[in-house]
Amino acid sequence: MALPSPEEIKAQIEAGVPGATVTVIQNGSPSAQHSLLLDHTHARTVAEFLRDHAEWRLDFCSLVTGVDWPDTETSEKVKVRKLVKAADGTESEQAVDEVRKTKVPGYLEAVYHLFSMEKKHGMVVLRMRTADRGQGTHLPSLTPVWRSAEFQEREAFDLYGIVFDGHPDLRRILMWDGFVDYPMRKDYVPPPDDAPIATEVQS
Amino acid sequence: MADDLKELKIELSKNGIFTTTLEELYNWGRKNSVWPLTFGLACCAIEMIATTMARYDLARFGAEVFRPSPRQADLIIVSGTVTKKMAPQVVRLYNQMPEPKYVIAMGACAISGGPFRDGYNVLKGIDRYIPVDVHIPGCPPRPEALIHAFMTLQKKIEEQSLAGADRPRHLNAALPSEFPVPAFGAHGLEPPANLEVFHDAPGSPFKVIQ
Repeated sequence: MALPSPEEIKAQIEAGVPGATVTVIQNGSPSAQHSLLLDHTHARTVAEFLRDHAEWRLDFCSLVTGVDWPDTETSEKVKVRKLVKAADGTESEQAVDEVRKTKVPGYLEAVYHLFSMEKKHGMVVLRMRTADRGQGTHLPSLTPVWRSAEFQEREAFDLYGIVFDGHPDLRRILMWDGFVDYPMRKDYVPPPDDAPIATEVQS
Repeated sequence: MADDLKELKIELSKNGIFTTTLEELYNWGRKNSVWPLTFGLACCAIEMIATTMARYDLARFGAEVFRPSPRQADLIIVSGTVTKKMAPQVVRLYNQMPEPKYVIAMGACAISGGPFRDGYNVLKGIDRYIPVDVHIPGCPPRPEALIHAFMTLQKKIEEQSLAGADRPRHLNAALPSEFPVPAFGAHGLEPPANLEVFHDAPGSPFKVIQ
Protein backbone atom coordinates (compact mmCIF):
# COMPACT_ATOMS: atom_id res chain seq x y z
CA MET A 1 0.00 0.00 0.00
CA ALA A 2 1.37 3.34 -0.97
CA LEU A 3 1.55 6.17 1.50
CA PRO A 4 -1.23 8.77 1.45
CA SER A 5 -0.63 12.42 0.61
CA PRO A 6 1.17 14.61 3.19
CA GLU A 7 -2.11 16.42 3.88
CA GLU A 8 -3.74 13.08 4.71
CA ILE A 9 -0.83 12.11 6.96
CA LYS A 10 -1.08 15.48 8.70
CA ALA A 11 -4.82 15.00 9.26
CA GLN A 12 -4.32 11.51 10.70
CA ILE A 13 -1.48 12.69 12.99
CA GLU A 14 -3.57 15.54 14.34
CA ALA A 15 -6.47 13.14 14.91
CA GLY A 16 -4.24 10.49 16.51
CA VAL A 17 -2.03 12.73 18.68
CA PRO A 18 -4.13 15.24 20.62
CA GLY A 19 -2.67 18.75 20.64
CA ALA A 20 -0.08 18.15 17.93
CA THR A 21 0.25 20.78 15.24
CA VAL A 22 1.72 19.69 11.93
CA THR A 23 2.44 22.03 9.04
CA VAL A 24 2.86 20.71 5.53
CA ILE A 25 5.79 22.38 3.80
CA GLN A 26 5.39 22.22 0.05
CA ASN A 27 8.32 21.37 -2.15
CA GLY A 28 7.87 23.19 -5.44
CA SER A 29 10.46 21.17 -7.35
CA PRO A 30 9.47 18.33 -9.75
CA SER A 31 10.29 15.76 -7.05
CA ALA A 32 7.43 17.21 -4.97
CA GLN A 33 8.80 15.77 -1.75
CA HIS A 34 6.59 17.66 0.65
CA SER A 35 7.54 17.52 4.30
CA LEU A 36 5.86 17.74 7.69
CA LEU A 37 6.96 20.36 10.20
CA LEU A 38 6.47 19.15 13.78
CA ASP A 39 6.13 21.15 16.97
CA HIS A 40 8.68 20.45 19.72
CA THR A 41 6.34 19.33 22.49
CA HIS A 42 4.60 16.59 20.51
CA ALA A 43 7.43 15.61 18.14
CA ARG A 44 8.33 12.45 20.00
CA THR A 45 4.72 11.27 20.36
CA VAL A 46 4.14 11.98 16.66
CA ALA A 47 7.28 10.00 15.80
CA GLU A 48 6.05 7.04 17.84
CA PHE A 49 2.64 7.37 16.20
CA LEU A 50 4.22 7.19 12.73
CA ARG A 51 6.45 4.27 13.69
CA ASP A 52 3.63 2.23 15.26
CA HIS A 53 0.87 3.15 12.79
CA ALA A 54 -0.70 -0.12 11.65
CA GLU A 55 -0.75 0.75 7.94
CA TRP A 56 2.32 2.94 7.57
CA ARG A 57 4.82 1.31 9.99
CA LEU A 58 7.56 3.89 9.36
CA ASP A 59 10.12 1.78 11.19
CA PHE A 60 13.32 3.02 9.55
CA CYS A 61 14.88 6.47 9.82
CA SER A 62 17.45 6.53 7.04
CA LEU A 63 18.73 10.08 7.33
CA VAL A 64 19.01 12.93 9.78
CA THR A 65 20.61 16.15 8.69
CA GLY A 66 20.84 19.76 9.75
CA VAL A 67 20.06 22.82 7.69
CA ASP A 68 21.16 26.35 8.55
CA TRP A 69 18.83 29.18 7.66
CA PRO A 70 20.77 32.35 8.48
CA ASP A 71 19.24 35.66 9.55
CA THR A 72 18.02 37.51 6.49
CA GLU A 73 17.10 41.09 5.79
CA THR A 74 14.31 42.04 3.43
CA SER A 75 13.97 45.54 2.13
CA GLU A 76 10.92 47.05 0.49
CA LYS A 77 10.22 50.48 -0.91
CA VAL A 78 7.36 52.28 0.78
CA LYS A 79 5.79 55.58 -0.24
CA VAL A 80 5.49 57.95 2.74
CA ARG A 81 4.32 61.53 3.04
CA LYS A 82 6.96 63.71 4.62
CA LEU A 83 7.83 67.36 5.17
CA VAL A 84 10.52 68.20 2.67
CA LYS A 85 12.60 71.35 2.74
CA ALA A 86 12.92 72.86 -0.68
CA ALA A 87 15.95 74.82 -1.87
CA ASP A 88 14.33 78.18 -1.10
CA GLY A 89 13.67 77.17 2.53
CA THR A 90 9.93 76.52 2.32
CA GLU A 91 8.62 73.27 3.69
CA SER A 92 5.99 71.25 1.90
CA GLU A 93 4.50 67.81 2.33
CA GLN A 94 5.48 65.42 -0.45
CA ALA A 95 5.30 61.72 -1.24
CA VAL A 96 8.79 60.26 -0.80
CA ASP A 97 10.13 56.76 -1.40
CA GLU A 98 11.61 55.21 1.71
CA VAL A 99 13.41 51.86 2.02
CA ARG A 100 12.21 49.83 4.98
CA LYS A 101 14.35 46.96 6.15
CA THR A 102 12.91 44.05 8.09
CA LYS A 103 15.15 41.56 9.86
CA VAL A 104 13.93 37.99 9.53
CA PRO A 105 15.56 35.87 12.27
CA GLY A 106 17.12 32.63 11.10
CA TYR A 107 16.85 29.20 12.61
CA LEU A 108 18.37 25.74 12.44
CA GLU A 109 16.40 22.85 11.07
CA ALA A 110 16.66 19.08 11.49
CA VAL A 111 15.35 16.90 8.65
CA TYR A 112 14.45 13.21 9.06
CA HIS A 113 13.76 10.79 6.20
CA LEU A 114 11.50 7.89 7.13
CA PHE A 115 10.86 4.61 5.33
CA SER A 116 9.07 1.40 6.14
CA MET A 117 11.02 -1.84 5.88
CA GLU A 118 7.94 -3.87 6.69
CA LYS A 119 5.57 -2.26 4.20
CA LYS A 120 8.33 -1.38 1.71
CA HIS A 121 7.30 2.19 1.15
CA GLY A 122 8.52 5.70 1.79
CA MET A 123 9.57 8.29 2.13
CA VAL A 124 8.09 10.65 4.70
CA VAL A 125 10.11 13.77 5.48
CA LEU A 126 9.90 15.29 8.95
CA ARG A 127 11.30 18.67 9.91
CA MET A 128 11.82 20.46 13.19
CA ARG A 129 12.98 24.04 13.60
CA THR A 130 14.85 25.67 16.47
CA ALA A 131 13.74 28.96 18.00
CA ASP A 132 16.82 30.82 16.79
CA ARG A 133 20.50 30.35 15.92
CA GLY A 134 21.93 31.59 19.23
CA GLN A 135 20.86 30.24 22.59
CA GLY A 136 17.66 28.45 21.71
CA THR A 137 19.03 25.75 19.44
CA HIS A 138 17.26 22.93 21.27
CA LEU A 139 15.19 20.22 19.61
CA PRO A 140 13.72 17.00 21.01
CA SER A 141 15.79 13.94 20.09
CA LEU A 142 14.11 11.20 18.07
CA THR A 143 16.85 8.67 18.88
CA PRO A 144 14.60 6.96 21.49
CA VAL A 145 12.16 6.30 18.64
CA TRP A 146 14.62 5.39 15.86
CA ARG A 147 17.99 4.13 17.10
CA SER A 148 19.53 4.80 13.68
CA ALA A 149 19.25 8.54 14.37
CA GLU A 150 21.86 8.40 17.14
CA PHE A 151 25.08 9.09 15.19
CA GLN A 152 23.38 11.38 12.69
CA GLU A 153 21.92 13.57 15.44
CA ARG A 154 25.40 13.69 16.94
CA GLU A 155 26.68 14.81 13.55
CA ALA A 156 24.05 17.57 13.33
CA PHE A 157 25.05 18.62 16.84
CA ASP A 158 28.72 18.59 15.90
CA LEU A 159 28.48 20.54 12.64
CA TYR A 160 25.41 22.76 13.20
CA GLY A 161 25.13 23.04 16.98
CA ILE A 162 21.61 21.68 17.26
CA VAL A 163 21.20 20.38 20.83
CA PHE A 164 18.99 17.28 20.85
CA ASP A 165 17.33 17.00 24.25
CA GLY A 166 16.86 13.37 25.28
CA HIS A 167 19.75 12.07 23.16
CA PRO A 168 21.51 9.26 25.09
CA ASP A 169 25.08 10.32 24.25
CA LEU A 170 25.30 13.78 22.72
CA ARG A 171 29.01 14.41 22.03
CA ARG A 172 30.94 15.67 19.03
CA ILE A 173 31.46 12.86 16.54
CA LEU A 174 33.65 14.20 13.71
CA MET A 175 35.50 17.12 15.28
CA TRP A 176 37.46 16.75 18.52
CA ASP A 177 35.96 17.51 21.93
CA GLY A 178 37.80 20.81 22.48
CA PHE A 179 36.53 22.28 19.20
CA VAL A 180 34.14 25.18 19.76
CA ASP A 181 32.81 26.17 16.29
CA TYR A 182 30.03 24.72 14.18
CA PRO A 183 31.72 24.43 10.77
CA MET A 184 28.67 23.74 8.59
CA ARG A 185 26.89 26.94 9.61
CA LYS A 186 26.75 29.57 6.89
CA ASP A 187 28.54 32.17 9.02
CA TYR A 188 31.44 29.88 9.98
CA VAL A 189 34.82 31.53 9.45
CA PRO A 190 37.80 29.17 9.19
CA PRO A 191 40.75 29.96 11.47
CA PRO A 192 43.66 31.91 9.99
CA ASP A 193 45.74 28.72 10.15
CA ASP A 194 45.73 28.96 6.42
CA ALA A 195 47.90 32.07 6.46
CA PRO A 196 51.24 30.56 5.37
CA ILE A 197 50.93 29.37 1.79
CA ALA A 198 53.52 28.11 -0.65
CA THR A 199 53.34 29.85 -4.01
CA GLU A 200 55.50 29.93 -7.04
CA VAL A 201 57.34 33.21 -7.27
CA GLN A 202 57.62 34.61 -10.77
CA SER A 203 61.10 35.93 -11.41
CA MET B 1 83.33 12.34 -5.03
CA ALA B 2 85.62 14.59 -6.94
CA ASP B 3 85.35 14.60 -10.72
CA ASP B 4 88.92 13.43 -11.37
CA LEU B 5 88.34 10.43 -9.12
CA LYS B 6 85.17 9.63 -11.05
CA GLU B 7 87.08 9.76 -14.31
CA LEU B 8 89.77 7.54 -12.88
CA LYS B 9 87.12 5.05 -11.79
CA ILE B 10 85.61 4.96 -15.30
CA GLU B 11 89.06 4.58 -16.82
CA LEU B 12 89.86 1.67 -14.47
CA SER B 13 86.56 -0.05 -15.22
CA LYS B 14 87.36 0.13 -18.95
CA ASN B 15 90.46 -1.87 -18.15
CA GLY B 16 88.58 -4.48 -16.20
CA ILE B 17 89.23 -3.16 -12.70
CA PHE B 18 86.17 -2.52 -10.57
CA THR B 19 86.54 0.05 -7.81
CA THR B 20 84.05 1.59 -5.43
CA THR B 21 83.93 3.77 -2.36
CA LEU B 22 82.47 3.05 1.03
CA GLU B 23 79.97 5.85 0.48
CA GLU B 24 78.77 4.40 -2.82
CA LEU B 25 78.49 0.92 -1.41
CA TYR B 26 76.59 2.12 1.66
CA ASN B 27 74.16 4.26 -0.33
CA TRP B 28 73.68 1.52 -2.94
CA GLY B 29 72.66 -0.85 -0.19
CA ARG B 30 70.33 1.67 1.40
CA LYS B 31 68.59 2.80 -1.76
CA ASN B 32 67.73 -0.74 -2.80
CA SER B 33 66.25 -1.74 0.51
CA VAL B 34 63.69 0.84 1.51
CA TRP B 35 60.97 -0.53 3.76
CA PRO B 36 57.80 1.55 3.49
CA LEU B 37 55.20 1.74 6.22
CA THR B 38 51.86 -0.01 5.64
CA PHE B 39 49.94 3.21 5.91
CA GLY B 40 47.17 4.54 3.69
CA LEU B 41 44.82 7.45 4.19
CA ALA B 42 42.44 7.71 1.22
CA CYS B 43 42.04 6.92 -2.47
CA CYS B 44 45.79 7.41 -3.09
CA ALA B 45 46.33 4.39 -0.86
CA ILE B 46 44.52 2.23 -3.43
CA GLU B 47 47.02 3.36 -6.08
CA MET B 48 49.84 2.69 -3.61
CA ILE B 49 48.53 -0.86 -3.11
CA ALA B 50 48.29 -1.30 -6.89
CA THR B 51 51.91 -0.18 -7.17
CA THR B 52 53.04 -2.97 -4.88
CA MET B 53 51.06 -5.67 -6.68
CA ALA B 54 52.17 -7.86 -9.59
CA ARG B 55 51.30 -5.49 -12.44
CA TYR B 56 53.44 -2.53 -11.34
CA ASP B 57 55.64 -4.50 -8.95
CA LEU B 58 57.45 -2.10 -6.64
CA ALA B 59 59.55 -5.13 -5.62
CA ARG B 60 61.70 -4.42 -8.69
CA PHE B 61 63.03 -1.44 -6.74
CA GLY B 62 63.63 -3.30 -3.52
CA ALA B 63 60.69 -1.84 -1.64
CA GLU B 64 58.24 -4.72 -1.50
CA VAL B 65 58.46 -5.20 2.26
CA PHE B 66 55.72 -2.98 3.70
CA ARG B 67 56.05 -3.02 7.45
CA PRO B 68 53.01 -2.67 9.70
CA SER B 69 55.05 -1.01 12.47
CA PRO B 70 56.78 2.38 12.24
CA ARG B 71 59.66 0.91 14.25
CA GLN B 72 60.56 -1.31 11.28
CA ALA B 73 59.94 1.17 8.48
CA ASP B 74 62.09 3.89 6.96
CA LEU B 75 59.69 5.40 4.41
CA ILE B 76 56.24 6.83 5.08
CA ILE B 77 54.11 7.37 1.97
CA VAL B 78 51.48 9.94 2.99
CA SER B 79 48.92 8.59 0.55
CA GLY B 80 45.78 10.67 0.73
CA THR B 81 43.92 13.44 2.49
CA VAL B 82 45.31 14.29 5.92
CA THR B 83 42.43 15.52 8.05
CA LYS B 84 43.17 17.82 10.95
CA LYS B 85 42.01 15.07 13.27
CA MET B 86 44.49 12.60 11.71
CA ALA B 87 47.48 14.96 11.42
CA PRO B 88 48.84 14.43 14.98
CA GLN B 89 48.78 10.67 14.42
CA VAL B 90 50.70 11.01 11.13
CA VAL B 91 53.37 13.13 12.84
CA ARG B 92 53.53 10.66 15.72
CA LEU B 93 53.99 7.72 13.34
CA TYR B 94 56.79 9.62 11.61
CA ASN B 95 58.43 10.37 14.98
CA GLN B 96 58.34 6.69 15.87
CA MET B 97 60.28 5.65 12.77
CA PRO B 98 64.02 5.11 13.22
CA GLU B 99 66.54 7.16 11.23
CA PRO B 100 67.30 7.28 8.37
CA LYS B 101 63.72 7.97 7.37
CA TYR B 102 62.06 9.48 4.33
CA VAL B 103 58.65 10.92 3.41
CA ILE B 104 56.82 10.80 0.09
CA ALA B 105 53.78 13.12 -0.02
CA MET B 106 51.53 11.39 -2.54
CA GLY B 107 48.78 13.26 -4.33
CA ALA B 108 47.23 16.71 -4.29
CA CYS B 109 45.77 16.33 -0.79
CA ALA B 110 48.98 15.30 0.93
CA ILE B 111 50.97 18.10 -0.68
CA SER B 112 48.48 20.96 -0.26
CA GLY B 113 45.01 19.84 0.82
CA GLY B 114 44.01 19.37 -2.82
CA PRO B 115 40.33 19.74 -3.72
CA PHE B 116 39.48 19.82 0.00
CA ARG B 117 41.85 22.70 0.76
CA ASP B 118 39.05 25.08 1.74
CA GLY B 119 37.37 22.51 3.98
CA TYR B 120 37.23 23.09 7.72
CA ASN B 121 38.65 19.66 8.44
CA VAL B 122 41.58 19.22 6.06
CA LEU B 123 45.25 19.91 6.70
CA LYS B 124 46.74 22.02 3.92
CA GLY B 125 49.72 19.78 3.24
CA ILE B 126 51.67 17.43 5.47
CA ASP B 127 54.86 19.46 4.86
CA ARG B 128 53.55 21.87 7.49
CA TYR B 129 54.66 19.42 10.18
CA ILE B 130 57.19 16.93 8.79
CA PRO B 131 59.97 17.31 6.20
CA VAL B 132 58.87 15.85 2.86
CA ASP B 133 61.51 14.39 0.53
CA VAL B 134 59.43 13.87 -2.63
CA HIS B 135 56.10 15.47 -3.61
CA ILE B 136 53.95 13.78 -6.28
CA PRO B 137 51.08 15.73 -7.81
CA GLY B 138 48.01 13.93 -9.13
CA CYS B 139 44.53 13.08 -7.96
CA PRO B 140 45.31 10.28 -7.41
CA PRO B 141 48.75 9.81 -9.03
CA ARG B 142 49.02 6.69 -11.16
CA PRO B 143 51.30 3.85 -9.99
CA GLU B 144 53.88 4.99 -12.56
CA ALA B 145 53.99 8.37 -10.81
CA LEU B 146 54.57 6.71 -7.44
CA ILE B 147 57.33 4.58 -8.98
CA HIS B 148 58.84 7.76 -10.40
CA ALA B 149 58.71 9.35 -6.96
CA PHE B 150 60.32 6.27 -5.54
CA MET B 151 63.13 6.39 -8.12
CA THR B 152 63.59 10.08 -7.30
CA LEU B 153 63.96 9.14 -3.64
CA GLN B 154 66.49 6.44 -4.57
CA LYS B 155 68.47 9.03 -6.50
CA LYS B 156 68.34 11.32 -3.48
CA ILE B 157 69.64 8.57 -1.19
CA GLU B 158 72.35 7.67 -3.70
CA GLU B 159 73.63 11.24 -3.82
CA GLN B 160 73.88 11.75 -0.06
CA SER B 161 77.43 12.29 1.14
CA LEU B 162 78.26 10.65 4.44
CA ALA B 163 80.57 13.34 5.75
CA GLY B 164 80.70 17.10 5.63
CA ALA B 165 78.29 19.84 6.50
CA ASP B 166 75.57 18.61 4.10
CA ARG B 167 75.54 15.05 5.45
CA PRO B 168 72.07 13.58 5.96
CA ARG B 169 70.12 14.06 9.16
CA HIS B 170 70.72 10.58 10.54
CA LEU B 171 74.46 11.21 10.56
CA ASN B 172 74.19 14.65 12.13
CA ALA B 173 73.39 14.48 15.83
CA ALA B 174 72.64 18.21 15.93
CA LEU B 175 69.59 17.86 13.67
CA PRO B 176 66.27 16.67 15.11
CA SER B 177 64.76 13.34 14.19
CA GLU B 178 61.43 14.01 15.89
CA PHE B 179 59.08 16.90 15.28
CA PRO B 180 56.45 18.45 17.59
CA VAL B 181 53.03 16.84 17.38
CA PRO B 182 50.32 19.49 16.77
CA ALA B 183 47.59 19.78 19.39
CA PHE B 184 43.82 20.06 18.95
CA GLY B 185 42.93 23.69 19.61
CA ALA B 186 39.59 25.46 19.96
CA HIS B 187 39.42 26.40 16.26
CA GLY B 188 42.00 24.21 14.57
CA LEU B 189 45.43 22.65 14.98
CA GLU B 190 47.94 24.46 17.16
CA PRO B 191 50.35 25.55 15.88
CA PRO B 192 48.96 25.78 12.31
CA ALA B 193 52.40 24.98 10.94
CA ASN B 194 55.85 24.11 12.29
CA LEU B 195 57.97 26.91 10.84
CA GLU B 196 61.17 24.94 11.57
CA VAL B 197 60.04 22.54 8.85
CA PHE B 198 57.69 24.60 6.70
CA HIS B 199 60.01 27.04 4.97
CA ASP B 200 61.52 27.70 1.56
CA ALA B 201 63.68 24.91 0.23
CA PRO B 202 66.99 26.16 -1.15
CA GLY B 203 66.82 26.35 -4.92
CA SER B 204 63.07 25.72 -5.07
CA PRO B 205 60.89 28.11 -7.09
CA PHE B 206 58.23 27.78 -4.38
CA LYS B 207 58.25 30.27 -1.55
CA VAL B 208 56.36 30.05 1.73
CA ILE B 209 54.54 33.32 2.44
CA GLN B 210 54.16 34.03 6.15
